[in-house]
Amino acid sequence: MADEAATFALAPARVHEAEGPGRRAFALWQAARHDGPLIWALPAHAPHLPMLRGLPEEVGARLHVIRPGSEVDLLWSVEECLRSPGVALVIAEPSSPLSLIAGRRLQLAAETGQTTGLMLILEGQGSNAAETRWQCAPLAGESRDSTLHRWDLKKNKKGTLRFWTANWNGKTSALHLVPAAGKRDQSAETSR
Amino acid sequence: MHCLNVAAESQGLQRGMALADARAICPGLVTRPADLAREAAALAALRRWVERYSPMVARDGADGLVADITGVPHLFGGEADLRGDLHARLTRAGMSATSAIAETRGAAHALARHGEGIVEEGALTDGIGPLPVTALRIDGDTAQALTRMGLKRISDLMAQPRAPLARRFGTGLVLRLDQALGHQPEPVSPEADLPQFSARMTFPDPIGLQADVMKGLARLLERVCVALAQHQRGARRLRLELHRVDHETAQVEIGLARPMRDAGRIKALFTKGVDEVDAGFGIEALRLTAHVTERLAPEQIGQGRPLRQEDALADLFSTLGNRLGFDRVLRLLPAQSDIPERSFIIAPAAHSAPEESPPQCGPARPITIFPPEPVTTRGGGRPGHPPSAFRWRRMAFTTLRATGPERIAPEWWFDDPAWRTGLRDYWRIETREGPRLWLFHTPQAAAWAAQHWFAQGEFA
Repeated sequence: MADEAATFALAPARVHEAEGPGRRAFALWQAARHDGPLIWALPAHAPHLPMLRGLPEEVGARLHVIRPGSEVDLLWSVEECLRSPGVALVIAEPSSPLSLIAGRRLQLAAETGQTTGLMLILEGQGSNAAETRWQCAPLAGESRDSTLHRWDLKKNKKGTLRFWTANWNGKTSALHLVPAAGKRDQSAETSR
Repeated sequence: MHCLNVAAESQGLQRGMALADARAICPGLVTRPADLAREAAALAALRRWVERYSPMVARDGADGLVADITGVPHLFGGEADLRGDLHARLTRAGMSATSAIAETRGAAHALARHGEGIVEEGALTDGIGPLPVTALRIDGDTAQALTRMGLKRISDLMAQPRAPLARRFGTGLVLRLDQALGHQPEPVSPEADLPQFSARMTFPDPIGLQADVMKGLARLLERVCVALAQHQRGARRLRLELHRVDHETAQVEIGLARPMRDAGRIKALFTKGVDEVDAGFGIEALRLTAHVTERLAPEQIGQGRPLRQEDALADLFSTLGNRLGFDRVLRLLPAQSDIPERSFIIAPAAHSAPEESPPQCGPARPITIFPPEPVTTRGGGRPGHPPSAFRWRRMAFTTLRATGPERIAPEWWFDDPAWRTGLRDYWRIETREGPRLWLFHTPQAAAWAAQHWFAQGEFA
């Protein structure tokens, strides 16, 4: 169990990226696994909000939502949060492509504050400075009590690329890997 | 008419007169609406100034001050000189005032309002005897009744036997009379000054460098924080005023995410504001005020990690709040409502404490919620069943599995425009394409049946 979850653990003090329709679920699972205050930075114009009653256990009370009015303010506040030693995980939803400068600044801030960051980006709007990039999508489950997620590690600066099918019900930090009939166990591609 | 100046009084106008009457008597009358709050503030300021004559100064009614100057007059060269000094200074400040000095508070009050002057020691009976009975701080009815009986002056009252007076007019009149004559003690109780959390600093030469300003600020902060610690309070907002040589004033204001009196950490928040200030030809004075403070009991420090983390988080929220606004740094709090939109409150993190959610029971809730978005269904499905295929956000979905319905009724005591369509049946729809959506149906809505499906959330 612990071993299974460890494969998805984000490297500490780095900034990661997640894209795809299941990126918010992935972010919440990471939030449940991080111990300490959590920050979720959303643009003020974003229609959606995390719903308190649907969040995993213990996440709701630790979660803080920041709603900056502009993209520059959002990046600035994410950088400030990453720089602060009091935060465990910073989740942010930038609405425009991250430039290399922005990505690099965020990495440096994460190193200063020893904080992990997770950018929920739109398809193809990430920055090359990201430590890992995950493609996340919900999968239709075969049975009623399975909520499957396909988490595809598309970019990894220190390791190989893989994909997993995980069964996570959105309530706890517990997770089950589904033995996947994947053909591409070890990808031949090199990291970007 | 609330208040009038000497010129108006000489025309025969009086307090309490109707404005129309006053205009009829004196057509050239200039009037302004009375601002009682500012008047009270001015009186409070004047009270602080009068403390130069005595430490015991109190407000006396809405327009008077009373000071206990026992043992003070010789410092000013006698009572007459003291009073002269007071009047000279008030006149120079543009204020007209009447004053009186007497042995008792009651006598001074009476004399100050009905011809001013000084009552020599031991001459109290002669001093206030000729004054009308209204000067005794008695209510209008009593005064009128006394006048009707022919008792117009205080000396008339003094000559009367006390027992019938008390029986007829109550003990209040006798008490006031005794207080005026000194038979009953009446001390002056000065108001306690509210603690002022401010400090200022003037420089022999104007300064212009940012480092110098920050150094000055550090000294001011130290003083303010000591004052805050003495009164067990913490600053919530601070204002730094920088007075320039050309009489311009620049202001830097900061807010704090929680009450604080730690000089070093507050100073860091001023850095950005001070950086933006234009020093012009130089800054000659600094003034720092903590104008919003809150109670902050002393805390044990050095408890290790949790407290440091809390401090770091509070610092972070102060920084974020000062740039973005404190209403953009939020926290989710549970609320007592089954309506999805109102099942949680978004509260500013700086003004709320985290709350544990009650344990989750009942049907599952999505992880994200958004305003209802219409879902296009194809064809009329079976009534009471979710659509087998639908389009949402220009994507086509096929229903694989549906859990529900969960019927949520609007709160009838709360008129929410979004819930005017009546009941909602919520379904958790698992689609073949992957996304698990939270759809609802409004069976009571009047419109065309296919329009009744909406998406409101996404599950994990």
